[in-house]
Amino acid sequence: MSKKQENKIALDFKTDWAYEPAPEDTKHINLKKQYDLFIDGKFVKPNSKKYFDTINPATEQKIAEVAEADEKDVDKAVKAARKAFEKWSKISAKERGKYIYRIARLMQERAREFAVIETMNGGKPIRESRDIDVPLAANHFFYNAGWADKLEYAFPNRNPQPLGVAGQIIPWNFPLLMAAWKIAPALAAGNTVVLKPAETTSLTALKLAELIRDSGLPDGVVNIITGAGKTGAAMVNHPDINKIAFTGSTDVGKMIQKAIAGTDKKLTLELGGKAANIIFEDAPIDQAVEGIINGIFFNQGHVCCAGSRLFVQENVTDIVIRKLKDRMESLIVGDPMDKNTDIGAINSKEQLLKINEYIKIGKNEGADFYQSSCSIPSKGYFCRPTLFLNASQSHRIVQEEIFGPVLTIQTFRTIEEVIEKANNIAYGLSAGIWTDKGSKIFNISSKMRAGVVWANTYNKFDPASPFGGYKESGFGREGGLHGLMPYLKF
Amino acid sequence: MAARLEILKTYKIYIGGQFPRTESGRFYPLKNKTGDTIANICKSSRKDFRNSVVAARGAFGGWSGRAAFNRSQILYRIAEMLEGRKDQFISELILQGLTVKAAQDEVTLSVDRLVYYAGWCDKYQAVFSSVNPVASSHFNFSVPESTGVVAVIAPEESSLLGLVTAVAPVISGGNTCIVLASESKPLCAVTFAEVLNSSDLPGGVVNILTGNSEELHSHFSSHMDVNALTYYRNNKSEIKTIKENASLNVKRVFIYDKLDLTSDKAQSPYLIFDNQEIKTTWHPIENIGSAKAGY
Repeated sequence: MSKKQENKIALDFKTDWAYEPAPEDTKHINLKKQYDLFIDGKFVKPNSKKYFDTINPATEQKIAEVAEADEKDVDKAVKAARKAFEKWSKISAKERGKYIYRIARLMQERAREFAVIETMNGGKPIRESRDIDVPLAANHFFYNAGWADKLEYAFPNRNPQPLGVAGQIIPWNFPLLMAAWKIAPALAAGNTVVLKPAETTSLTALKLAELIRDSGLPDGVVNIITGAGKTGAAMVNHPDINKIAFTGSTDVGKMIQKAIAGTDKKLTLELGGKAANIIFEDAPIDQAVEGIINGIFFNQGHVCCAGSRLFVQENVTDIVIRKLKDRMESLIVGDPMDKNTDIGAINSKEQLLKINEYIKIGKNEGADFYQSSCSIPSKGYFCRPTLFLNASQSHRIVQEEIFGPVLTIQTFRTIEEVIEKANNIAYGLSAGIWTDKGSKIFNISSKMRAGVVWANTYNKFDPASPFGGYKESGFGREGGLHGLMPYLKF
Repeated sequence: MAARLEILKTYKIYIGGQFPRTESGRFYPLKNKTGDTIANICKSSRKDFRNSVVAARGAFGGWSGRAAFNRSQILYRIAEMLEGRKDQFISELILQGLTVKAAQDEVTLSVDRLVYYAGWCDKYQAVFSSVNPVASSHFNFSVPESTGVVAVIAPEESSLLGLVTAVAPVISGGNTCIVLASESKPLCAVTFAEVLNSSDLPGGVVNILTGNSEELHSHFSSHMDVNALTYYRNNKSEIKTIKENASLNVKRVFIYDKLDLTSDKAQSPYLIFDNQEIKTTWHPIENIGSAKAGY
């Protein structure tokens, strides 16, 4: 048997052919200079009289000012939601569903506007906000709308009833999509909502507030208030909220769980992750490389389920790494509004500092550092796609969530070894498996202590598909039939 | 010949399929109505709990990995063993203050509850699973999986039925557990451990401690290798501490303080579901004749 020939041709990315800029048009966007709080169907000035700037992380320029809700504003929003609950929970489920359908349709009609604002405010590539965030957000409303009058079929032998007022706190990585994940099932189940978007990315939630107002949804059913951690804390501690739904960091999730310990508030937590993405020797290598890229560089790596720990079986390590590096060279980092851009801006200065700090830690811990040679804009917050090769299980960059375009790479020899390593972490949100052998997929997927397993694919989302974590990645599910449960009592 | 001296039973705890005494060497006397000591009961310690967690974690992979049908048979076997030792449990319940009728009812209901959950072992998955019709070219399904190691603080008011009600949904769902039995009515817990021990239930799946909840609840709730906690009492301050400590490692906490043990509502597949995680798996579907791959 002759030794297997390996393709040694190095790909050459040096070319005179450059991409022409292909910027998405932003002229049709209608943004106000200042945004108030959306309470009881109206935009109202904050009691605090305070506003804070929201910027475009790709240009560092201010886009608008957003109101900061204080405790009194939170109380006002909760009161509005409580008042609205009396009616909303009693109108027929069929009508309730129709309101939600209407929101979905309006969002589809205004999809491009939402996509552009999402990219302006959060820094994600327009291609992602246009093709993923916004359509998925609309689909979540559409999907859940249909459940409103079918809940008794979802939970056999039970009589599902709404909880009351849901306080929902969402992160900055998928601002509109997370708002949809939270609001749609809550409404379908007959609850009313007070939602707080993240302070760096409030704009699409506020545009959603406008849309909801225009949709004719009864006043107070959805209230959207803006602010930072203090506003969130005021919601968590408000005595008349029945349910807290939080998506964000594990640290804050733990604080919330502790804060409501003495109450009867129901809780769902969708927290951090540090997913293992496992490449076996019998994997379809080219697709796996695409999966690695999509797993860690999608949305600049600001993804709780990002495939941030790569495990490659030893005998394919060389080829996987070579192809991975080649593919990384072809990634375009830059203007998020450009349709050719693969990796946009890091969401905030604070987050960029955190990522850079982890890169420093990784170098000091002794893993081999590698970045693509791409150029990055001089203004705005950007980070080149980054690898740490030869990382080890005890490294902080392997154990802790970085939430940026930074991938650690470990190798493994046996199935037992990789199962052990993949699970040996406090998180348990997601995992990836790449092999062409079906029985191996079922073996590994059933042994991953994680809530979502992508086999021969990665970072796929759908309103019909439940999402959520094991262990310290939180509890409760969002999406699908199981996503209704956290908003109901029986 | 002198009258035969009765052999008294030593009530010990149950960890990893063994019957040790508490490592602390502590005990509390259990008295009957007239104030006579019936038995010395182990006053379990934090260390006993920690040992139990190690045993439960060790047993988890094997128990959750068993065929659901096999778990079903083992739970049924537990019911058989309990039925066969009915008289012993009835007399222990009477010793702890129950009337004959009440004792008989409690034991038969406990047997029936075990049979009920034996039946669910390989059925709740079908009730709580889903195939999810995603819009992209993927096969996508969600199934329940066992949460892991569950700490259980069983009802105080009931010696046997409370224990069975608290343990059966946890183990039928493939979890392993550490149970704190009723402090004032601990006898049946220890005897029930003997039933478990002779029922093909692997050691470590159920670990039973006797002792004081006020002392132990904070250890039950703060241990970092416990995934969930179920609590069947109504002490508000214990509930608060448990929920606070649970946040250390995002434990799932379920408080069943309003459960009527004798009612049908005290048994349900939804109680199994409480200690389940939903896992969703995606796989691409090849699109024959199309350039679109689901990868």
